[in-house]
Amino acid sequence: MLRFLLEKEFKQIIRDQFMPKVILMMPVMMLLIMPWAADQEIKNIKLSVVDNDHSTYSQHLIQKVTASGYFILEDISSSNAQALRSIESGKTDVILEIRPDFERDLVRDKKSEVMISSNAVNGTKGGLAGSYLSSILADYAQDININIGLISKMSTTLIQVMPYNKFNTYLDYKVFMVPALIVMLLTLLTGFLPALNIVQEKEIGTIEQINVTPVKRILFILGKLIPYWVIGFIVLTICFVLAAVVYNLTPVGSLLTIYFYAAIYVLVVSGLGLVISNYSATMQQAMFVMFFFMLILVLLSGLFTPISSMPDWAQFIAQLNPLTYFIQVMRSVYLKGSGVINLIPQLLKLIGFALFFNSWAILSYKKSQ
Amino acid sequence: MNDIVIQAHELTKKFGDFTAVDHISFEVHKAEIFGFLGANGAGKTTAMRMLCGLSHPTSGSGSVAGFDIAKDPEKVKASIGYMSQKFSLYGDLKVWENIRLFGGIYGMKTKAIASKTDVILNHLGLMSEKNTLVRDLPLGWKQKLAFSVSIFHSPQIVFLDEPTGGVDPAARRQFWEMIYEAVDQGITVFVTTHYMDEAEYCDRVSIMVDGRIEGLNTPAQLKQETTSTSMDEVFQKFARKATRNQD
Repeated sequence: MLRFLLEKEFKQIIRDQFMPKVILMMPVMMLLIMPWAADQEIKNIKLSVVDNDHSTYSQHLIQKVTASGYFILEDISSSNAQALRSIESGKTDVILEIRPDFERDLVRDKKSEVMISSNAVNGTKGGLAGSYLSSILADYAQDININIGLISKMSTTLIQVMPYNKFNTYLDYKVFMVPALIVMLLTLLTGFLPALNIVQEKEIGTIEQINVTPVKRILFILGKLIPYWVIGFIVLTICFVLAAVVYNLTPVGSLLTIYFYAAIYVLVVSGLGLVISNYSATMQQAMFVMFFFMLILVLLSGLFTPISSMPDWAQFIAQLNPLTYFIQVMRSVYLKGSGVINLIPQLLKLIGFALFFNSWAILSYKKSQ
Repeated sequence: MNDIVIQAHELTKKFGDFTAVDHISFEVHKAEIFGFLGANGAGKTTAMRMLCGLSHPTSGSGSVAGFDIAKDPEKVKASIGYMSQKFSLYGDLKVWENIRLFGGIYGMKTKAIASKTDVILNHLGLMSEKNTLVRDLPLGWKQKLAFSVSIFHSPQIVFLDEPTGGVDPAARRQFWEMIYEAVDQGITVFVTTHYMDEAEYCDRVSIMVDGRIEGLNTPAQLKQETTSTSMDEVFQKFARKATRNQD
């Protein structure tokens, strides 16, 4: 009996005007565009310089800042007030003000001061611009081997820290983003599509003709679940190919491990989608409820922000979030090369979630009112 | 007589304070065409949905094909066919695919489905449309197909909810010919309608007013009881008692 239901679902998906395109195009678009756009490294910060000294030292400093690649020297103002106006009008993001006796102080007193003011309307950008600038200044201070009384009074460093970032040596943001994007895509596609499926049959009225047959509830739900499982595999495969070809990024661990965990994870998300579909009367309802859960899944999972820096209550929610475990699997297999042996707790939790949501989906599908 | 295939006893369905079906009792015999008449909102569809196992009765009892509708709704479902008021075959599946799907769900074998599909499509004159998507068929053909699908698995009873709504008189005639053919095969037909000429085709009709059955007899005797000349007149006399808003 399941065979007939599966035939029906696959034919419907393939004949849909829209669905096959979404399934193929969404991974391609997301993986080609997002890793470049959603880069949290901030570049092209527009800098305004107020050089009151006009000395060799101040020229050096400005050169060093602009040569870093993070800043674009947008204007050179004659006064702080003028520079502030350019921030207010949105022309620049950060001001570097060099005091009149900068060079003289450096040479005579071995210390001097500069002022950094950054526009913190975009908090991340403002903060990062300030800290980039400070570290360039610190570097500069070392170069000329004298102290500069900066905002963060740097002294000549005696101990040099040479950070080594394990597993992602160059802190390449794409290496970090691509596995996260794959997880997000898989979640979106295999969550939303089933959420809209059963409720669509309710809207058209075809569910009535199914409900009046002796079809078993578990078979009906399996008939809905399995197609999204297959779609999940297709999406994942497209993603792997693109990650390898475009970003030269292949998992250190085994692809099979990822497929194995993804197979369980897709069941979790599709099960949730089917539950929502069962409780919804219209496609709009299903859409909005699913969207609500999607935001929670994505934002409280450690996908973009580390869980350890969340408040306790948010960490608690993250513990109940299946995506938390799948992203752990994804990153450790992709970057560290972990195998199933290292990821047993995640396996058990994902299986638990899959059983929970799919049992709920079967129970909440009511053939009689 | 032991040929009773549908039995309802004080069957009631309430939605909150609203009593959609109010203590109805009746029996339907094998191979009978039982007409279920009533204005819109009289409770016909709700009553029918209870008999099909789609809706739990609030109180009262009923049995269909020997199974209790409250305790064994899935066994009831295996013994009946159902054609809803709203066309509910899959528009994005082809004619033969719809037949195959429902035949398969009722547990028929693939080979049996394939051979019976050809027989039925030939009989309906729909063979040339075998590979047409159902949404591209004209309404009259869709309804004929929906009826054929509802009796494809040879159920004991078929429930038809306003099967001829919106089709022209010629197509309605053809549809009733199909119903007679089904009855000849021993299938019991339970049909709701508000076309009074169709009521004349039924063996017995019940007239529902405000959730209750106000009249139940053969069309001829109902006319006699109410000294009317047509079923239309019979219906008008009963419907006048209605106090519920018609929607």
